[in-house]
Amino acid sequence: MNHWIILPIILPLLSGLLLLLGGRWAQSRKRLLSLLATAALLPLAVALLLQVGDGSYRVYALGNWPAPYGIVLVLDRLAALMLLLTALLALPSLWYATRGDDGHSGHFHAIFQFQLMGLNGAFLTGDLFNLFVFFEVLLIASYALLLHGGGAARSRAGLHYVLLNLTGSSLFLIAVGVLYGITGTLNMADLAQRMAQAAPSEAGLLHAAALLLLLVFALKAALLPLYFWLPSAYSAASAPVAALFAIMTKVGVYAIVRVYTLIFGAEAGVLANLASEWLWPLALATLLLGAFGALAAGTLRGLIAYLLIISVGILLAGVALHTTAALGAVLYYLPHTTLVSGGLFLLAGIIRGQRGADEDRLGSAAAMPWQATLGVLFFIGAIAVAGLPPLSGFIGKLVLLSAVAPGPQQAWLWSVVLGGSLITLIALSRAGSVLFWKTTGGASATVTLDRQQLLAATLLLLAPLLLSLFAAPLLAFTEATAQQLHAPRGYIAAVLGAEGPLSLVATQEVAR
Amino acid sequence: MNAALLPIIILLPLLGALLPVLAIRLGRTASAWSAAALSGIALGLLLTLVPQVFAGETLLYRLDWLPAYGLNLALRLDGLGVLFALLILGIGLLVILYARYYLSEHDPMGRFYGFLLLFMAAMLGVVLSENLLLMLIFWELTSLSSFLLIGYWKHRADARQGARLALTITGGGGLALLAGILLLGHISGSYELSVVLASTETIQAHPLYPATLVLILLGAFTKSAQFPFHFWLPHAMAAPTPVSAYLHSATMVKAGVFLLARLFPALAGSELWFYLVAGTGMVTLLLGAYHALFKHDLKGLLAYSTISHLGLITLLFGLGTPLGAVAGVFHIINHAIFKASLFMAAGIIDHESGTRDMRKLNGLWRYMPHTATLAMVAAASMAGVPLFNGFLSKEMFFAETLHHSWLGAWHWLLPVGATLAGVFAVAYSIRFIHDVFFNGDPIDLPRTPHEPPRYMKVPVEILVALCLLVGIFPAWTVAPLLASAAASTVNGTVGGALPHYSLAVWHGFNLPLLMSVIAIAGGALIYVLRHQLFALHARLFRPFDAKALFERQLEQIIGYARRLTALLENGSLQRYLMLLVASAVVLVASGLWGSPLSGPLPAGEVDAVTLAGALALALSAITTTLWHRRRLVALIQLSVVGLVVSIAFVRFAAPDLALTQLSVEMVTIILLMLVLYFLPQQSPAESSPLRIGRDLLLAVAAGGSVALLAWGVLTRPYQTIGDYFMANSLSGGGGSNVVNVILVDFRGFDTLGEVTVLGIAAIGIVMMLSGLQLKMPTADAAGRPWARERYPMILAVISRPLLPLALVVAIYLMLRGHNMPGGGFIAGLVTAIALILQYVASGIAWTQQRMHLDYIKLTAAGVLLAALTGLGSWAFGYPYLTSSFGHFTLPLLGEFELATAMLFDLGVFLAVIGSTLLVLANLGKLSVLKHTLKEER
Repeated sequence: MNHWIILPIILPLLSGLLLLLGGRWAQSRKRLLSLLATAALLPLAVALLLQVGDGSYRVYALGNWPAPYGIVLVLDRLAALMLLLTALLALPSLWYATRGDDGHSGHFHAIFQFQLMGLNGAFLTGDLFNLFVFFEVLLIASYALLLHGGGAARSRAGLHYVLLNLTGSSLFLIAVGVLYGITGTLNMADLAQRMAQAAPSEAGLLHAAALLLLLVFALKAALLPLYFWLPSAYSAASAPVAALFAIMTKVGVYAIVRVYTLIFGAEAGVLANLASEWLWPLALATLLLGAFGALAAGTLRGLIAYLLIISVGILLAGVALHTTAALGAVLYYLPHTTLVSGGLFLLAGIIRGQRGADEDRLGSAAAMPWQATLGVLFFIGAIAVAGLPPLSGFIGKLVLLSAVAPGPQQAWLWSVVLGGSLITLIALSRAGSVLFWKTTGGASATVTLDRQQLLAATLLLLAPLLLSLFAAPLLAFTEATAQQLHAPRGYIAAVLGAEGPLSLVATQEVAR
Repeated sequence: MNAALLPIIILLPLLGALLPVLAIRLGRTASAWSAAALSGIALGLLLTLVPQVFAGETLLYRLDWLPAYGLNLALRLDGLGVLFALLILGIGLLVILYARYYLSEHDPMGRFYGFLLLFMAAMLGVVLSENLLLMLIFWELTSLSSFLLIGYWKHRADARQGARLALTITGGGGLALLAGILLLGHISGSYELSVVLASTETIQAHPLYPATLVLILLGAFTKSAQFPFHFWLPHAMAAPTPVSAYLHSATMVKAGVFLLARLFPALAGSELWFYLVAGTGMVTLLLGAYHALFKHDLKGLLAYSTISHLGLITLLFGLGTPLGAVAGVFHIINHAIFKASLFMAAGIIDHESGTRDMRKLNGLWRYMPHTATLAMVAAASMAGVPLFNGFLSKEMFFAETLHHSWLGAWHWLLPVGATLAGVFAVAYSIRFIHDVFFNGDPIDLPRTPHEPPRYMKVPVEILVALCLLVGIFPAWTVAPLLASAAASTVNGTVGGALPHYSLAVWHGFNLPLLMSVIAIAGGALIYVLRHQLFALHARLFRPFDAKALFERQLEQIIGYARRLTALLENGSLQRYLMLLVASAVVLVASGLWGSPLSGPLPAGEVDAVTLAGALALALSAITTTLWHRRRLVALIQLSVVGLVVSIAFVRFAAPDLALTQLSVEMVTIILLMLVLYFLPQQSPAESSPLRIGRDLLLAVAAGGSVALLAWGVLTRPYQTIGDYFMANSLSGGGGSNVVNVILVDFRGFDTLGEVTVLGIAAIGIVMMLSGLQLKMPTADAAGRPWARERYPMILAVISRPLLPLALVVAIYLMLRGHNMPGGGFIAGLVTAIALILQYVASGIAWTQQRMHLDYIKLTAAGVLLAALTGLGSWAFGYPYLTSSFGHFTLPLLGEFELATAMLFDLGVFLAVIGSTLLVLANLGKLSVLKHTLKEER
């Protein structure tokens, strides 16, 4: 029995529970346990990636109940990629947090582990209702992390965050309810099969449910008009939490990719590709408005939050194109933007610490003692996140731009993506020149710099260098992933068997 | 093998950029030497390759990077590449030497050389790329590294703004260029120059040719400061003069004309090309030449002169003729040489006299005759005086303007414009020399000028010598370089002959010579009349600062962006929720549109009881909303909603759900009442009638949408995996209560997740409440104080015996849960309610004294038990959470069943108790702390 698949869920769960049971442990012991548990996810994710790198699937039937009756975890290239990305982002973020941001209540590490459990579970599950459960886990954990450390701004932003997302959860339930009411199943592979054969008389209800699901995922992904909560929430969070949150919007993107290639993809009959007509204009508008938001941002953290929104626009615009080439580009761009944004959030935390009362406001302040080092890191991060050569952001955009054939779609995508890049470039050059050049007076001698925090941020900001250096194998992998996603029959066969129990036989006895 | 040197030539300055930064610890000279050594070695390597290229070979180097997307590390060295690489490295070396003496003690020299090498590498990359995408990468790198160089004096606002301006314009142009190159690659099927340059016909016949051309030209024109993008260049003069000498003679701005030359075989020759390129070049040529004359700043004059000369080169390429291209290449060489030396001379004057204002700088001949001589030679070249190199290419330019086939009857426009520009060029050249070195005595100079250090002049001397050598003996000096560069420009990769051109200084009496004579005479005349012209210029043109305009426009755009963002992200939760709900309504409506709503099933009979229940439900939901501002009343209404839902579950034969719902209702209502204690009893009216109307509409639409969905689902036949659960519950899960078996077995993983959520929520609340300071109300809104007897006697007396009873019920519920209504979740809630009752009846302090439970640990232990139960199945080779059950017989008790699922259920039981009480105790603590404090007083 191959139990590896469930470990990314069970390991953080058990570590989180252990951390709760050891509530009075010394902070150093909690840190060690939390770091070890998070570090273990990294080789685990690599091992899982290697298992399915050849395009195969691993299916894990919980409780040994066969699909579609029980819950299954499904590991494919996309899930493995997301697991690895989560581990890569989480470890430096956690490392940074152990340098002082994890105090206050004593439960930071437990919640952090639960957050990882929720993320990994969402990427692995092959069951729509189980996806809901993991959305709840990561929502409630992220709410606790967001509030961690207290303060008025966090409470206000947190309230908006949690209320909107709870409303989203209700909508999720309604959508799942309708889907279950019509198809009688929750298993995503089974749902996919049923969509392909949906009768026209049922198309309307299914269509409505599918769009409602899209809305829920779009709220998670922060798509127009549902992203307005994000900038203040992410600006209010502590640096390591904001860094980890860089993947939260990607959960929404992941869910959209998964559900709208598998269940409502090209083979969904009357419901085929129904998300595109909404995603396409909204993603482009998100990109543009995000760019304007970046230009308007008054703090560095606010600026980075808007850069995240821009990236969501780029990713979902690529998803809406519905081609293998575009999806491959999106899946390459996704880790890039996640890791860079995370690194920038950590860097913003350090910069904030260096500027005293001026925090990360984009106005002139006393020079930072570690100006040059931080400046180099910011420069690298800015080039990467703006999508300028030679870093991975450029390669991702290049591949995405060349994935559309000439025509109106190309004209739209190119003008919006390139125009957005220009606005981003202006916003970042202004921010950089204010933070690092427009200084008043000398550096304060009392401010210190935590080298480990700097190292954690550097690790994440090195990602674009590696991503562009190894762009060829990575793109080959994401391209293969996109192909796998666009051929959902493999997924369905892996979960349900080659035939698939199309007809529900109520009396069927399953040998156990 | 030789081609393998190409990447090394680029990598030397690229990777070596760190060297001067490190070497500065050994001193400024060491830093300069390290930079010079790197460029020197690169130059040496390049020179070893030159003979091959002059022999007509094109060296290609290729390393795969992203072959699938056409992006490769493909490099190319041909005549054009050699010319530019020589200029970049040669002038770069001179600039390094010059800067060693130019930069002051306060300037961080290591950083300067680091940036300079970075820029040098980027420029080399641009001119040596075979792959167009690779070239674009280096292209943007030149924008980025020039940003750092221009902003080098970061304490100066004009440097920062100039740097951002340059980056915005050239970086933005780069993005357009990216689009253009992508189109070009799409049309010709490859991004390799060898292929692109050989597909001229395909490219120019393609319907996308105009778009491609415009996008590529946007890149070239922004970089080369062509009208209307020229305005960034003068402001880049805020950089240290060595940077200006480098960027604006041989490198940065030449990248644009390099691109024109590089793609000349592929793109040039069409009518569109002529009008766009030649037209832009002409306007820029005239505009630059005119404005150069009226600049009082020495570097400003040179900046506009640079713009003008770039326009000249652009115009030459725009003609689209081979001879025009030859002249263009030739002028690139000459301009680089004389302009670099002029910038350096201007830098020396600035450095030694403290100002660059020509109204103050006069009569410097007496103080620095050596520098003055050098500057005069270079300026004569810039003016196009015979025997200096600038004359040769300018003469070719004049000749070319006469021999073009476009414009028809308006063909005379070009030569007239060219001559006019020549007139101004002569005038500003004279001004540069006469104003500075003669023209009376200096006025208020900050320093007494003198000759610069010996080695600061060496670079200028070398360049000036080149001006003369090329100007007098062109055939023996520049001829092979020009021939090779021009051949590769005109012919691309297909080897071919060049049209005949002559490098002779004397061509006899002809029209071009006449134009030169007119230019020189006219220029001199204009210089004589300059004071009148200055006055006229001042009257005609109000002082116009493009940077200020740009900054103002940018500020305006940012202002718009701020307003737009504030409008969208207004911080109102009501707005965000409205958008969410409205989006849901729109999406559901668009999904349902046009499809039949009702299914084949007829609507069932409605009996009076059900109808009454439904009405009660609807009514209480409406009253909750209506009275939401009176919080306690709303809460009571809300509890009615919950109760009716519980009854509905009973009505539809779901006793488990009813029990669960009932207990959940009780717990939440109690917790909410605790919270209400800290809040004002009334919430203020905040919504305008209009907003209330909007929200009402939205609520009706949202409720209606859900009703429609429910109707649609309920009128359709119902066949689900539920049937399988029914069939397999007892045989596979060991329980006859299907709901419970679903919870702990079929979908136990969901339950595990939800129990975890419950635990996280409880701990989250603890985290939120820790350290929270709340104002305690001592009286209600009407001013009545809270009752003194907080723990009613009767309740306390009754509650105590209730606890053991409730616990027995809970255990009973849990044990029988697998087969009959009950289970760990309900049992946990029942226990929790009994415990809550103790808290309510006897107070937190009393209860805590008797309950030595750490609720956090209880919660964690419960979840852990559930999680570990699942883990147990691994030992038997089954997946996580596989259950097992068996029937056992014990004396007295008879036969009974044990299932691992019960262990799981026990975990759920504990977790539910733990998390519920955790929340309660922590909310209660908030008030206890204050109360005990008060009592102590």
